[in-house]
Amino acid sequence: MPEEVEANVTVDARGSFCPGPLMELIRAIREGEVGDVIAVLSNDTGSRRDIPLWIEKAGHELIGIFDKEDHARFLVKKLK
Amino acid sequence: MPKKVVVLGGGVGGTMVANALAKELKKEAEVTIVDEDGKHVYQPGFVYVSFGKMKPHKVVKDERKLLRRNVRLVVEKATKIDKENRRVEFSKGSHLEYDYLVLATGAEIHPEEVQGFEDAHHFYDLEASVKLRSALARFKGGKLVVAIGGVPYRCPPAPAESTCLLDYYFHKRGIRDKVDLWFMSPLVRIFPLETIDPYVAKIMEQKNVNSQTFFNVEYVDPKKKLVHSLEGESIKYDLLILIPPHKGAQVIRDSDLGDRGGWILTDRHSLKVEKTDDVYAIGDGTNLPVSKSGAAAHYESPIVVEGIVSDLTGTPPDKIYDGRVTCFCDAGFKRGIMMDFDYEHPPVPPPFSRKAYWKKILFNKFYWWLLPKDRLPGFIMGSVK
Repeated sequence: MPEEVEANVTVDARGSFCPGPLMELIRAIREGEVGDVIAVLSNDTGSRRDIPLWIEKAGHELIGIFDKEDHARFLVKKLK
Repeated sequence: MPKKVVVLGGGVGGTMVANALAKELKKEAEVTIVDEDGKHVYQPGFVYVSFGKMKPHKVVKDERKLLRRNVRLVVEKATKIDKENRRVEFSKGSHLEYDYLVLATGAEIHPEEVQGFEDAHHFYDLEASVKLRSALARFKGGKLVVAIGGVPYRCPPAPAESTCLLDYYFHKRGIRDKVDLWFMSPLVRIFPLETIDPYVAKIMEQKNVNSQTFFNVEYVDPKKKLVHSLEGESIKYDLLILIPPHKGAQVIRDSDLGDRGGWILTDRHSLKVEKTDDVYAIGDGTNLPVSKSGAAAHYESPIVVEGIVSDLTGTPPDKIYDGRVTCFCDAGFKRGIMMDFDYEHPPVPPPFSRKAYWKKILFNKFYWWLLPKDRLPGFIMGSVK
């Protein structure tokens, strides 16, 4: 079970349809520093597929996906 | 004593709000709109300028001509918003005080943020669109790549739409078979909206457009004519069309009203700027999870107007912004696609149709009469539910 750590940046993309949450994550990765932990909050089901796929392709780390009452919290570490 | 309402930005959102407030609050408020150059630009026209379908002067008009007579226009560059003292400061040292402020400051493009961008073209301002028109006219064949330099950007469907129009343009010139057309999407799919993607993917295939997903541009190497992605891939080009990175307006970044990209922190329903009661935001400059488009600004305008009117007249507001956006896309060959959606309802896949194409063309033609003074009939925009 991955540990739900604190994030340096939280992107609240709730209410945004896919690819909104992924676009917000890409922006945060671009603007962030190597080592930053970015949290993306999304209630779009498509994010569960799109976000892990992009993280794998782009070579970052998906710390975990944490289910909340009405959304999921994606924790991502910028590796490069 | 009438209240002072200041609207920053003379784009579609700012102009609509200023006109509507001046109409509703003839005695209760003095409405002032501040614009840097006093020119109103119809941005959806840029892509048509690139293809030689619209003349450059047709996409720009004097802002004054679009305003009601009782709206004051101030042509100044705003440099700072002082929330504590309710004033907007200008570059030449003067300032304006306000009781209510509407931020319609839009999005800025920053091509310089992509190394090597000078070798690329785009259609996100008028000068670049005219330059692209010449480059396209000179293009006799080769590899033409359309890619995206950063998210978010204005009008999310525009890159795919322009690719379809490139196919149409080269067909008409009789050299389509000499053009190797590539579309590089930054996302998991070709088209941003999931429900519409299969339709767009199919049409790109039919048009013999090569496409690749998850290609977020990192830098361009003009010497080798290569564009590299954040994901570690690269593609060669003869002609590159690159959507430039966007940011919120400088005045927002300098006034600490935005997020890291300078997008205004805005309540998604009331459109009030976070932690304020007298400042609203509208249009491309907000951080709302909706398309940066004139259509979103069009739907946001009544909410901002009602928020201010209800405060001044004591009537409770009963409208909230529901995230509504309507998009018209031109797919080439006189066919179009229309999409309608909000926070709760994703777009339903519509057919490619001549009707959607003609709606877009008519909108291009009548924008100046329809939008600034909010004369758009409901049937044009369709229904989301």
